[in-house]
Amino acid sequence: MNRREALFSLGAIAATGAAADGARAREMHGYPADMTVDPEMLPRSVIPGGQMRVLTDDADRRTVTAVFDRLIPADDLGPSASEAGCVDFLDAQLAGRFGEGAALYREKPLQQNADDLMQTAQFIATPRERYAAGLKALDAYAQETDGAAFADLQPNRQDEILKGMEDGTISLGEEIHTKAFFELMLQNAREGYFSDPIYGGNRDMAGWKLIGFPGARYDFRLYADRTGEKLDLEPVSLIPKD
Amino acid sequence: MATNKKADVVVVGLGWAGSLMAEELTRAGLNVVAIDRGPWMDTSTHTPPAVDPDELRWGIRKELFSPPKDNTLTFRNRPDQTAAPQRDFGIFELGGGVGGAGFHWAGMAWRFDPYDFEIRSKTIERYGLGKAEDGELQLQDWGITYDELEPYYDRFERIAGISGKAGNIKGEIQPGGNPFEGPRSRDYPTPELKTLRSMEVFNEATARMGYNPFTIPVANLSQPYVNPLGVSMGACTYCGFCLGFGCGNYSKSSPQACIFPVLMRRPNFSVITESCVIKVNKAEDGKTVTGVTYVDKQGREQVQEGDVVCVTAFQVDSTRLMLTSGIGQPYDHRTQEGTVGRNFSFQTISGTDMWIEGEQMNPFIGAGGLGSQIDDFNADNFDHSDLDFIHGAGMLTLARDGAPISKANKLPEGSPRWGAGFKKAYRDHYQTYTTIFNQGSSMPIKAGYLDLDPNYKDKFGVPLLRITYDYSQSDRNMAKYLMDRAVEVAQEMGAQHITPFNFADKPFTTAIIASDHVIGGTPMGADPKTSVVNPWLQSWDCHNLFVVSASVFPMNSGYNPTGTVGALAIRAAQAIVQDYIPNPGPLVEA
Repeated sequence: MNRREALFSLGAIAATGAAADGARAREMHGYPADMTVDPEMLPRSVIPGGQMRVLTDDADRRTVTAVFDRLIPADDLGPSASEAGCVDFLDAQLAGRFGEGAALYREKPLQQNADDLMQTAQFIATPRERYAAGLKALDAYAQETDGAAFADLQPNRQDEILKGMEDGTISLGEEIHTKAFFELMLQNAREGYFSDPIYGGNRDMAGWKLIGFPGARYDFRLYADRTGEKLDLEPVSLIPKD
Repeated sequence: MATNKKADVVVVGLGWAGSLMAEELTRAGLNVVAIDRGPWMDTSTHTPPAVDPDELRWGIRKELFSPPKDNTLTFRNRPDQTAAPQRDFGIFELGGGVGGAGFHWAGMAWRFDPYDFEIRSKTIERYGLGKAEDGELQLQDWGITYDELEPYYDRFERIAGISGKAGNIKGEIQPGGNPFEGPRSRDYPTPELKTLRSMEVFNEATARMGYNPFTIPVANLSQPYVNPLGVSMGACTYCGFCLGFGCGNYSKSSPQACIFPVLMRRPNFSVITESCVIKVNKAEDGKTVTGVTYVDKQGREQVQEGDVVCVTAFQVDSTRLMLTSGIGQPYDHRTQEGTVGRNFSFQTISGTDMWIEGEQMNPFIGAGGLGSQIDDFNADNFDHSDLDFIHGAGMLTLARDGAPISKANKLPEGSPRWGAGFKKAYRDHYQTYTTIFNQGSSMPIKAGYLDLDPNYKDKFGVPLLRITYDYSQSDRNMAKYLMDRAVEVAQEMGAQHITPFNFADKPFTTAIIASDHVIGGTPMGADPKTSVVNPWLQSWDCHNLFVVSASVFPMNSGYNPTGTVGALAIRAAQAIVQDYIPNPGPLVEA
C-alpha cells in the first residue's frame, strides 16, 4: 500500500462507536443533545450567618474579623467588611477549592531563589494553612507586644500593626511570610466586599453601591451611547430577588 | 495499552487552531480525530448569562483556565540559575476545556504587520546589518509574507465575524481605519463596535497630537452575523464579562460559537475529551510519525494512530510535546545550534494608568477586546534610525470592563490601599480611571529558549517545560520610549493623576501578568537550521507532522496573536488537503 492509499484506506467516513470502546476515554461523535445548563456550573449560595467550617476557632475568627474591619471599616460610606459578610465569605472560600489550593502546583522543593526569581512570594502551603498559621502568629504578636489579643487592641494600634505587616517592618516569625499574609488578607477582604453577594459578602450589594458598579447585568446596549453620563444603575446580583 | 481505530488526521488540542484545521480537513472528507485534555464545554451548558457575570469565579479564581496544578512550567532569567516552578496562575492562560484559550479570550483580533514576517530582511534593508545583529537578538524571517497570508486572515475573520473598520483595502487608505495596516482584500465582515467614553477621550487627544486613532478589531460582534459555515452569532451587549469568561450571548467568537455547531455534526469528526497527549510517536524510519500516545481520564495510556498528526496545542504545550517526543534537535543556546525550543518571546509591556477628575467612564460598559489604538509607534511605522531599538507597540486604551475586585488596585498614587481612606478613594476614582497599554513587541534573543526541566514533573511524570528568558536591551529601550509617549498622551487626555508603568524595567517573570501572549519554541522558517517547521508548518524532520500554534512565531509583534494563529491554521490545513495528501512528502525541499 502506498502512502496515498494509506491515507484514504479508512474511507472518508468513519463508523461511529468503533471497536474496543470500553477501553476508551470519552470519544464524542455528534453535537451533544442535552443543551441545558450543567448543574456543576451553577454557583452555590453561601448562607450568611451559617455554621463556620474552617474558622471554627473563636480566637482566630475574632482576629480575622478585627483585621478585615480595619481593612474595610464601617463609616458613613457603608458597612465594614464583616458587616458586609466578608468573614462568612472567607470561611466559605477557605472551605472550598481556593482554601485547599486546588489550582496550585504544590510539588516540592520550594527553592531558595524562587521568591526573587518570580518577584512574588511562593508557597507550597495552601491558603487554608496560611490563614491557620498567620492568624495564630498575629495574635501571638499582639500578646507579646501589647499583652492583649489583636481583636482587643485599639483601632489605632491595630492599624499600626497592619501597616507594619504591609511595609514589612513587622515580622510575625520565621514561619510566616508576613507581607504576603497581609496581602492575602487584603485581597480576600476586597474579594468579599466586591464579589457577587452569592458568595456571602457584599451584603445588600454594599460594595457595588459604594463605587457605582451595577453588578451582574448582562446588557448595556441601551446605555452604551450615553457616554460620559452618570447612569445611576441599580446593581443586580446572581441571587434572584425572590 | 489500547489502540484506537486509525484516523486520517489526529489533531492534538481542539482550540482555535485545532478546530479551524479540523473544519477544513473534515470538509475535504478526511476522517479526523481530535484529542483534548479538557472536558467538553459549551455556551448554554457552561456559561449562560445566569453563570457568566461573576468576576470572582472567572476573573479572579480563573476557573475556566487549566490550573497550574495540571499544567505549569518552570522559569529562570538566565542559564546559570536554577528554574523555579510557576505555582499559581501567571502569564499562561491556558484553556481548561475544548475550545482552549479561544473560549475565555478577550477577543482582540489582529493581523500582524507586513514588517513582522520579514523582520530581519526589512530591518537590514532600512537600517543596515548592525541594527538586526546587535549580538543579543536572534532575528529571523518567517518564510512567508503578509501578502501570502492575507487570504487566510480574511477567511479567519469571516469565520469569526470580526468587527472592525478597514484602514487599507488593496492599497487604498480608508478613513477611520488603521492607515498603517497591511493591505486587505476587503473590509471586516461586521462594523466596528461603539466608541465608549475612554475611547472618545483617547481619540480626541491622539488626533490633536497628529496620531491616527482607530477602533481595535474584535471578536465581540457588533451585530448579528451568520458565518460562511452557516453558524449564527448574536450581537455583543457590552456586558464586560469577556476576558477569562465565556460568552452567554454567542457574540464572542470562539470555537464553540463559530465552528463546533458544524464540526461536531460531521460524521467524519470525533473528539476524545479529558485525555492528554503525552507523546507524538515516531515511525521506525524516523522520517514520519505514526500517531500519538495519550493518557485518558482513567489514567490509562492509549494510542491513536493517524496518517497525519497536527499538534495544535497552546504554545508551551506544543513545544513541550516536540521535546518529549524527541522530534528535531533541541536548541543549544551556547552554539545557537538545534531548533526545538528556540526563539521564545513574550511581549514588552509599558504604559500608564491615569485618572481624569470629573470624568464618568462607566467602565462596566465594555467588551473584551474593545478599545482605541494608535499604530504610529508600532512595527516599523516610524523611523528607528536614531533610536536604540527596533519595532514598537500598539498603544491602546481599553473599554473592557469595570470589574470591581481587580479595579480596587487602580487608585492614584498616594491613595490608601485600605481603611476609610481606601473606601473614599475608590468611590471617587472608580469612574475616573483609564489606562494606556503599550502592547509591545518582543524580539527573540540567543540566550532565550525552552527546554525540559531537570527537576520538576507534571502529574503524569513528564518533565515540565523550562523557560530561560529575559528582555533584550532593544525591547527594554522600546518599552521606555513608548512609556514616555504614553505619558504625553495621558497629559493631552487631561489626566490629573498619571502613574506610568514599565514591566521591562525589571527582569522578566512568569508570575506577574504583563501580557499572556507567549510565542516561539517551534519557529517556522525557510531554513531548517533555524526553524522547526517549514513555511507550511510541516515538521522538517517528520513530513506527516504539522505544528500549528503560536509556538511557530519566530518573534512577537505589538498585537495579540490569535488572528495570526487562525490564519496560519487555515493555510496549513488547506496545504494538507490540496498538496500533502495527493503527494505525501516534504512540501518544501530542505
